[in-house]
Amino acid sequence: MNNPLARKSWSPYLVGAGIGVLSWFAFWSADHPLGITTAFEHTAALAMESALPTLAESNSYYQDESPKIGWEWMLVVGIFVGSMISSFASGDREPITVPPLWKSRFGSSVPLRLAGALLSAGLMMFGARLAQGCTSGHGISGNLQLAASSWLFSLIFFSTAILTAHLVFGRRTSNV
Amino acid sequence: MNTTSTDTEPTPDDKVETGSQHSSPAHSKDLVQDDPRRWPWLEVSVGKLATGLFFGIVFGFLLQKGGVAKLDILVGVLLLENFVVVKVMLSAIIVGMVGSYLLRRKGIVQLQINETNYGANIFGGLIFGVGFGLLAYCPGTNAAAIGQGNLDALVGVVGLILGSYFYALSSKFIGGVFSRWGKRGKLTLPELIGVSQGMFIAFAAPVLAAVLVFLELAGY
Repeated sequence: MNNPLARKSWSPYLVGAGIGVLSWFAFWSADHPLGITTAFEHTAALAMESALPTLAESNSYYQDESPKIGWEWMLVVGIFVGSMISSFASGDREPITVPPLWKSRFGSSVPLRLAGALLSAGLMMFGARLAQGCTSGHGISGNLQLAASSWLFSLIFFSTAILTAHLVFGRRTSNV
Repeated sequence: MNTTSTDTEPTPDDKVETGSQHSSPAHSKDLVQDDPRRWPWLEVSVGKLATGLFFGIVFGFLLQKGGVAKLDILVGVLLLENFVVVKVMLSAIIVGMVGSYLLRRKGIVQLQINETNYGANIFGGLIFGVGFGLLAYCPGTNAAAIGQGNLDALVGVVGLILGSYFYALSSKFIGGVFSRWGKRGKLTLPELIGVSQGMFIAFAAPVLAAVLVFLELAGY
């Protein structure tokens, strides 16, 4: 296939370099590092402002920057849109609820998969909020600026995730 | 446009500013929702919204093409069977590191890093790592996974929002327990070991590139 946009996958080095260049422009044009956690921080803050206004207002987090649907929020929406464009352009759609690897380990139960996704995502974002960043904010934007916080966080989370994945998904390899 | 971003009590009509406590929850809730100036929930600059969307679209497009929004590939990375995520991240770090350093030297961009806080970074990393090991999507690739059709990732977003909400709630009670230890401010690795940024990068960029070359040579 000649059209690169219609290819199902690109070289990881090309993709990585592209993200690196994108980060230059994000620093320059938007004065923002590429990161996801802030959008979820603002979403939670907005939810809290409408549900528990007194509690939210006394929370020190939102004093310096008022939470809103802004650049960071649109970044997350854009990731969804960009991935959709890419997958439709190449026909590489995954309209599934239970990914094959999960199925081979835990069976095809949809409620189990969704409950697992809900709980693990909740845990993950709790940790990201505590550390003030995730795989994008710390793992890419912070690391490329040589932030000590980001390298420390990245080493710990990758090691922990590798250990966890071996405990949870690892039986597959020993069965073979 | 009356933007009072940092002020908790913006409108002049409602003057009873008694510290951080407010008279009645129901009362302030009504104000917050009825008057858009009281709750500026939408960024006013259309340009900012549009550029955010644009950066996201490029980011999401790249993530999907890199295959890092696929659960099977991501779990493979964590089981050390493939190294796609390592290749993407290290390439991004090398390119971004050199470029953003040059842009900073020319005074075009500023350093934008989070403060180092050993307690929060370590405990946050442990909790995040367990979640990441279970979910395999990260917050960003989770959004990309929805874009390519994964319905489990859609539930993942609900989980992410809930996790963020619980963090905000809990920080009222445990606030500062984890982050009390090891506050070091905005610290960079070159500062930590006492060399210049340029010298550090001149060393780090080839080392990180060597890791990628090694992975290729090793057949990954």
